[in-house]
Amino acid sequence: MWRVLHQIAKTGICSEPAPDIGEAAQLEATRIQSELLAILGQALTIRQVDAGSCNGCELEINALGNPYYNIEGLGIKFVASPRHADLLLVTGPVARNMEMALRRTYDATPEPKLVVAVGECACDGGIFGQSYASCGQVSNVIPVDVLVTGCPPEPLEILRGILTAVRRRVKA
Amino acid sequence: MKIPGLDVDFAALPAPVPVWHAQVTAQQWQAAASAVCEAGGRLLALWAGSAIESEAAGAQSTGAGAVCAAYVTLEGVFWLALPLECNAGEQFYPDLTPAFPVASRMQRAAADLSGIRAQGAQDQRPWLNHGAWAHDHFPLLQGGIQLPQVTPGALEDYPFVRVEGDGVHEIAVGPVHAGIIEPGHFRFSVVGERVLRLEQRLGYTHKGIEQRMTQLVPLQAHRLAGRVSGDSTVAYAWAYCMALESATQTTIARRAAWLRALMLERERIANHLGDLGALGNDAAFAFALAQFSRLREDWLRASKAAFGHRLMMDCIVPGGVQSDLDSAHIAPMVASCRTLETEVRRLCDIFEAHAGLQDRFLSTGRVAPALAARLGLTGMAGRASSQAWDVRCDHPFVPYDGLSVAMATRSNGDVAARVAVRFDEVLESLRLIQRMLAELPEGSVRSDVALPEGSARGAGWVEGWRGEIFVALELESGSQGSRIARCHLHDPSWQNWPALEHAILGNIVPDFPLINKSFNLSYSGQDL
Repeated sequence: MWRVLHQIAKTGICSEPAPDIGEAAQLEATRIQSELLAILGQALTIRQVDAGSCNGCELEINALGNPYYNIEGLGIKFVASPRHADLLLVTGPVARNMEMALRRTYDATPEPKLVVAVGECACDGGIFGQSYASCGQVSNVIPVDVLVTGCPPEPLEILRGILTAVRRRVKA
Repeated sequence: MKIPGLDVDFAALPAPVPVWHAQVTAQQWQAAASAVCEAGGRLLALWAGSAIESEAAGAQSTGAGAVCAAYVTLEGVFWLALPLECNAGEQFYPDLTPAFPVASRMQRAAADLSGIRAQGAQDQRPWLNHGAWAHDHFPLLQGGIQLPQVTPGALEDYPFVRVEGDGVHEIAVGPVHAGIIEPGHFRFSVVGERVLRLEQRLGYTHKGIEQRMTQLVPLQAHRLAGRVSGDSTVAYAWAYCMALESATQTTIARRAAWLRALMLERERIANHLGDLGALGNDAAFAFALAQFSRLREDWLRASKAAFGHRLMMDCIVPGGVQSDLDSAHIAPMVASCRTLETEVRRLCDIFEAHAGLQDRFLSTGRVAPALAARLGLTGMAGRASSQAWDVRCDHPFVPYDGLSVAMATRSNGDVAARVAVRFDEVLESLRLIQRMLAELPEGSVRSDVALPEGSARGAGWVEGWRGEIFVALELESGSQGSRIARCHLHDPSWQNWPALEHAILGNIVPDFPLINKSFNLSYSGQDL
């Protein structure tokens, strides 16, 4: 126990500020967070759906939880069920074998039902494209609010995409 | 070269690792299976190859042409091709599951993709085709670029094996899982909390990679190979490039080979760091996740600085590597290795001294060595169950030939053993990286790859962090020069997923995430 505490104290806090999402960075993010709270009455909850990715995007989404990006510190939480989620984070070209599962996940998500497509494949089908086994981009299957390009996009880009989706909805 | 007890002459393929190829008859196909099994060898991969021109010219346009198997013995890889005759649209070959149970899913996948069937195999259920395309449509049979449009069908129910008895009930999980992981379906049959049976259904992320491969030009296809399983992008890109260089008889520059190995070891460390944190977390030790994910992030940022990409995607290209390593990165990289080593050793001590953690790890999800050998458990998980195979040690090629890689093995085969192997491998890879940085040869990092006029064959075999990645490549002449006739990319997850069904037996349901994570298998890599 002593060694665990020692290691925690020695490491300190290494979280970095949230990314710039356009106009005025931090103030805006804080404002979004408070509006988010006002609208949703809770933190932003995300259900991640891998619709056929190579798992590269999953690695970078997982990295959002590390102490540097500290996504939970921003009031954003990954949840285990679409029924608890405000936003779907979808990766991969949509494999035909996953098409129905993705539609059902979308149907099970309550409003506001934001969808962020993460990665080259989710945005335009990527190198896999459309084929007998792949439906291509996510928007071929469910409506998409924000695209995050990159193969895979870095954690900050994913975070920026999430914040952009929320801000758009809050403004609308 | 011959397999002991089998009268077939194999021809060596020009590759840095020992790979031999031969065309066999149905009798030899079966004799080879028993000979390899008796000699303690393993089945590495089974797939439908492209038509063999000389002998199966008539079948070329209508059939799969050949069924291929790759075996590993102490001598290296033996690639067997059995030409198939087309009988009323169906093609059969002798079933390999009696000698190698691990062949089952590979045979079912080959049936779905190429319409070739293992004669008499017990399990003939579809594997990759969930009903999304017609069962008489075989995607890999369509030649080249023009492909018929398929109308997607409705997904079908899958006949899971049912367990019956007093108080037995089923828990169905997936395909969309509760965490940030890939999709797949697990069907548990349980009594109370105890698992009586687990049956996996995978194939959800099948996105037609092997067909897509045949549409890409050989010098560009490494990008797709690097996206078979994102966590092993370096290993796949290297294996593909090795196969292409083998088919084109290209020798890469020494410095390029060293840089590839440097990236491969960096990838191994990055994945092991991520897993060690997640394993601690799955045993309710969140401290481990925070610490290891911090170390992993530092590591990925350093990879980005040195190679231009956090996961080093597309950094390995046919003929060498994309860009040279700037000497300015060497000193910081050595320093970061030393820091990481200190940190990992400290965390290893904490893991070992933590009674609660060890209580969850020890004897959980056990695959005993004898069972592991029977199931063909491979790679890192195999080494935790006494399956002492590692391409870097067994057949060291440049630069591993001068580095004497120490193999990490354990015999307990439980979660604790797989954790211990990961710790050992992180430390060994750190040593290798520091050696490589100190002795990095000078010279060019990219050679020209001249594509052949006619058909050619090549193989790549690389020890990725999860296990061995094998790529079998067949080139043929097309209208615009050399094209890919067939490229099979094999992930060690094919071998290890079925073993996970055994590892969970008798354990309790809440330990499944921990056991699953201790294997950390790829869905995308086996779904293709």
